[in-house]
Amino acid sequence: MNRREFIATGGALIVSFALPVWGQKLPGALDKEPLLDAWLRVGADGRITVFTGKAELGQGIKTAILQIAAEQLAVDMNAIELVTADTALTPNEGYTAGSNSMKDSGTAVLHAAAQAREILIAEAAKRLGVPAGELSAQAGEVRTRDGRRVAYGALVQNELLHVRAAPQSKLIARIADRKYMGKPVARVDIPAKVTGGAAYVHDLRLPDMVHARVVRPPSYGAKLKSVEMEPVAKMAGVLKIVRDGSFLAVVAAREWIAVQAMRALRTHAQWEETRKLPRDVYATLAQLPSQDSVIAGADAQPPQGARLLQAEYRRPYQLHGAIGPACAVARYENGALTIWTHSQGVYPLRGAISELMSMAPERVHCIHLEGSGCYGHNAADDVAADAALVARAVPGTPVRVQWMREDEHAWEPYGPAMITKVRAALDASGNVAGWQYDVWSNTHSSRPGKAGELAAAWSLERPFPPSPPRPIPQPEGGGDRNAIPLYKFPATRVTHHFIPEMPLRVSALRALGGYMNVFSIESFVDELAGAAKADPVAFRLRQLDDPRARDVIRFAAERFGWDAYKKQNGRGRGFAFARYKNLAAYCALAMEVEVQRETGELRVLRVVAAVDSGEAVNPDGIRNQIEGGILQSLSWTTFEAVMYNDARITSRDWGTYPILRFSHVPLAMEVHVIDRPGEHFLGTGEAAQGPAAGALANALAHASGVRVRELPFSPRRLRVTLNA
Amino acid sequence: MKLDVNGRAHEVDADPATPLLYVLREDLKLNAAKFGCGLGQCGACTVLADGEAIFSCITPLSVVQGRRITTLEGLGTAEKPGPMQRAFIELQAAQCGYCIPGMMMRAQALLEHKPAASEAEIRAALQPNLCRCGTHMRIVRAAVRAGELMRGKS
Ligand code: FES
Ligand code: FES
Repeated sequence: MNRREFIATGGALIVSFALPVWGQKLPGALDKEPLLDAWLRVGADGRITVFTGKAELGQGIKTAILQIAAEQLAVDMNAIELVTADTALTPNEGYTAGSNSMKDSGTAVLHAAAQAREILIAEAAKRLGVPAGELSAQAGEVRTRDGRRVAYGALVQNELLHVRAAPQSKLIARIADRKYMGKPVARVDIPAKVTGGAAYVHDLRLPDMVHARVVRPPSYGAKLKSVEMEPVAKMAGVLKIVRDGSFLAVVAAREWIAVQAMRALRTHAQWEETRKLPRDVYATLAQLPSQDSVIAGADAQPPQGARLLQAEYRRPYQLHGAIGPACAVARYENGALTIWTHSQGVYPLRGAISELMSMAPERVHCIHLEGSGCYGHNAADDVAADAALVARAVPGTPVRVQWMREDEHAWEPYGPAMITKVRAALDASGNVAGWQYDVWSNTHSSRPGKAGELAAAWSLERPFPPSPPRPIPQPEGGGDRNAIPLYKFPATRVTHHFIPEMPLRVSALRALGGYMNVFSIESFVDELAGAAKADPVAFRLRQLDDPRARDVIRFAAERFGWDAYKKQNGRGRGFAFARYKNLAAYCALAMEVEVQRETGELRVLRVVAAVDSGEAVNPDGIRNQIEGGILQSLSWTTFEAVMYNDARITSRDWGTYPILRFSHVPLAMEVHVIDRPGEHFLGTGEAAQGPAAGALANALAHASGVRVRELPFSPRRLRVTLNA
Repeated sequence: MKLDVNGRAHEVDADPATPLLYVLREDLKLNAAKFGCGLGQCGACTVLADGEAIFSCITPLSVVQGRRITTLEGLGTAEKPGPMQRAFIELQAAQCGYCIPGMMMRAQALLEHKPAASEAEIRAALQPNLCRCGTHMRIVRAAVRAGELMRGKS
C-alpha cells in the first residue's frame, strides 16, 4: 500500500489546531507536505516509521533525521525505521541539494515528531483521565506519575496522526533534556559500509538480473552512422544488443561479458562527429551572448578615485568525479517500470523518465539507494535512463547498468567554466569605498524533470532536445551564488552575465557558483587588504557587521594562531570567509602552505576552520562535512581542469584528470563547530568549498609573493607563473 | 577455477582472464571490493593476495589462483568487527564510504607487515587510493588507530 492509498483508505480525521506561531507559512518542508503522517507513522505494534523525501548521499542525513525524530518522539533511535526518497512512499522533496536537507526535511521532522508526541500524550490523557501535564513520554510509552504506562501503538487508532502540522516552538524537546540532538551520534550507515554489507545501488542483486553497458558516442552530438552487430551478438553470454538511433547498448548475463561486448561493439561502430569544442574557453565565454541582470546596487556609481584596483579570475570546467561510476537497476514488467537509482531527485527523475518512455508517471516507480559520493548533478539520472531504455527491451528481467570510468569523465555534466571581474576603490582610511563585480557563467542546473536532460535522450531515433537553460534566481543564485559580498562595502554593484549557450555539458557541482565567487571575492579582499597595508583578518572584521560572521572569523584566526604567525621562507598563511548562499552556514578558515618555486608543488600544511551551522544536530557530522568540503576544494583548486581537444573530451581517467592524493593531504586539520542551540538548522555540505579556495589562493600569494588568479594552481601553472 | 577467498575454497566457472573483481562481486556476491576505474588508478577494488594489496580490477583470475585472497569481509562482520573495522567505526571515517573498503585493505596490508607503521608510512602506503569525499584526514587517523588496536592497545 503506498502512502496515497494509505491515506485514502482511512476516514480522514483532520484536526485543526490553533494558528501556529509561524503564521501562514509552515517551517521547512511542512509547507509543501503538511500532514503529519506523511512524515511519520506509528503502527499498532508500536513500530515507528519516519519518512523523508531527502536521500542519503554520504552526508549523514539519515542519522541526523533519526536523531531529531528519536529526540522529539522520546524513543530510542534504533526503534525507528527511516524510509528515504521513494516515489511510492515518501514526500516529494524535489532534490537533495543546495545543503537544504536539514533546513527542509530536518525542520519538518522536528516539528512533526514534536507535535506527534503531544498528540499521543493528549490521547493518553483522555483515556486515562489524567491531565496531560502529569504525563510524560518515554521509550515509546506515555507514563503517569504513579507508574501506569500506555504504549504508543495502543494510542494510534482513528488516524490519530493524520492531521495538519501546527508547529509550535514550545513543543520542541527542551535543550537541557536532550539525548540525541546536539550529540556526536555515530552514523547509522557506517557499520555496513566498513564490513561489506550491501550499501549502494551498485550492490543490488535481484534474481535473474542481467548486466548492460552502453556504447557512448565519442563526442557530444555524434551520430551513429553504422554498426556491425553480428560479431558481438554471437559472443558467448551476450543476450541482446539494443539500438535506438544512436543509442547503443549491449546486454549480457554476466558483467564482465557485458564490458567486453561493449568494447567489441565500440570497435564495430562508425560515428559522424560534428560538434566543435572551444579552443580558448575564456575567450569563447567572453564572446557568447549573455543575459545580464544586476543583482545588487542597480544605481551604485562605478568605483573611482586614486586607489582603484581591479582583477579578473578564471575557473575551468571541473568534474564531480565520484569514485564509483554511476549505476542503476531497472525492471520493466507489465507496462510498469521500477528503477533503483542514486539520483538526487526521485520525483523529478520519474517525470523525466515517464516522458522519455511515454509512460504515465504513476507507472514509473523510482527508489533511491545510495551511490558513490554525489557532489551535485552527476550521471546518476543519465544511467537511470539508460537502465530504463534497456529494461524495456528485455521485459520482466532486471537490468543493472554501470557507467565505465571513461563514460563518467567524458559525459557527466561538469561544473561550468567561469570568469569574474572585480574593481574596487579604497578610501583614505583604507576601507572599500566602491565595489563592482561581474560574473560570466553558464547555467548551474540542467537537472532533469524533462527527458531532454537525460544523456541517452539526445541519441534516440526521435531525440528529446535539452530544455532551454535557465539561471537559478537569487537569493540562492546559480552562477551568481555568493556573488554579493557579505561585507558592508558601500556602492556595491553586482552583475550576473548568464550565458545560455553551453560549449560543454554543465550542471550543478557542489557549491555551484559559490565556489568561484567566494574564491574571487576572498582573493580580491586580500589584494585590497594588501593595498591598504592592513592585516587580512582585521581588514575583513572592520568591514563586516554580522555578529555570527565575526565570530567564526575570530575563532578560526585565534585557533590558527594568526597574530603570532612567523613567516618562513617558501611558506605562507591565508584566510578566507563566507556564509554559504549568504543564508546558510558560516565558515571561516585559515591555512598554511608551502610552495616549491622550481617544481610548482603546492602543499597545504595545516588548516583551521570554524563553522556555525545554527543548531548542530550532529557536531561530528558537521565536522566530517566541513573536512570533506575543504579537501575536495583543495583538490579542485590545486589540480583540476577538464581537458579537451577540438572535438572530444580528453580527460577520460584519473591520469588525464588528476585529483588530490594522500601526498597532498594537509598534515593537520581542525574544524571547530560553534553550536547555536535553538537556532535554525543551516546547511553545511557546501559551506567550506569557497573559503578553502580563497584561503589557498591567499596563502599561495603570501608564500610566493605572486597572486595567481586562474584555477587550478597546478604544478605546471605555478612553475610558469612563479618564475615569470 | 579454484579460488581461496577469506579462508574458504570456492570453485568458480569463469574465464581465467576475468578480472578478480568481477568474480568477487558477481560469483561470490561480496560487496566490499568496488569498481572505480577498472584501470588500477583509484584503489576502490583493493584486496589482499597473500597479504599483499592488489588492484582486483586488473588482476586476472589466473594470477591469483592458489593465492590466499582476503577481502574486507574477511576482516570481520558488523556484529564482530575486526580491529581495522572497529577503528573506522570509532573515528567515523567515511562519508559516502565507497572508497573505504579499498583504503582499509591497503592499510591492512601495511599493518600486517608493520603493525607499528607511522602516520607518514600510512599516508605513503595509501597513495594509490583515491577518495572523492575528502575523508582523508579520518582515514589516516583510523588506520593509525587500527594499528594501535592490532598491537593490543585499547
Ligand atoms: S577500480 Fe581498481 S584501481 Fe580503480
Ligand atoms: S568516502 Fe566517498 S569516496 Fe571516500
